[in-house]
Amino acid sequence: MADQPHKPAIRPLSPFLTVFRWPITMATSIVHRMTGVALAGGTVLLAWWLVASASGPETFDFFNMVVGSTLGQLVLFGFVWSFAFHMVNGIRHLAWDLGYGFSVPTANLTGILVFALSLLLAVGAFALVYLGQGGYYQ
Amino acid sequence: MSLETPLHKAQGLGSSHSGVRHFWSQRITAVALIPLGIWFAISMLGLAGTGIVPVLIFLSNPLNAVLMGAFVLISLYHMALGIQEVILDYVPHPGFRFFLVFLNYGFSFAVAAASVFALLRIVGTT
Repeated sequence: MADQPHKPAIRPLSPFLTVFRWPITMATSIVHRMTGVALAGGTVLLAWWLVASASGPETFDFFNMVVGSTLGQLVLFGFVWSFAFHMVNGIRHLAWDLGYGFSVPTANLTGILVFALSLLLAVGAFALVYLGQGGYYQ
Repeated sequence: MSLETPLHKAQGLGSSHSGVRHFWSQRITAVALIPLGIWFAISMLGLAGTGIVPVLIFLSNPLNAVLMGAFVLISLYHMALGIQEVILDYVPHPGFRFFLVFLNYGFSFAVAAASVFALLRIVGTT
């Protein structure tokens, strides 16, 4: 530095999302937040379903038609997976709060498990319904 | 010598001005939402693809109505706490930040009011 007093030093920037490589623990952390925000939208869907049920058959059938459409089913799958992920990863967070599972190999393993299990739960729920095993309260 | 005022010391809330209330509320609602969420998922699978009648019969059952009300309200409280955290993290402008925090709670109360009204109407008319 002392040799080149007139050249401005190239200072390191504070690292952000785009700088890091993505370890699994970072991915679960970010996805936990994203699914949480998505589920805020899910509360509107739930409220709409409740209001549609309270309003009568026409509004209820309209709700069923919208959610039953291809786009509706895609969005619903997003909500179901978000719910599963936020639930499973939330349990992981609560375990951390109690002091368990902090070692790097354990946190990496549980991170992979959270992705796998949440996907399995969401696909499993849709498979059950599409295979005619849903609607057992009828 | 401490720089804290006597009032500040007595309140014991530290530099966040609110202590650990937000943290604890988030965790308590999270724990409550584990059994409620599992109940909700099983219930929704049971009502998937049905008409309105099974839904009304299900929701007019007092136990189901109470559990659904608890699930909706605790979810919304948990949501309001979480979204507030996201807003405080990512919105640098103080005025806009205040506006969004305000909107966050307004949204939560609006969804809560609509859901509770719908539930009460189903219980009252079915």
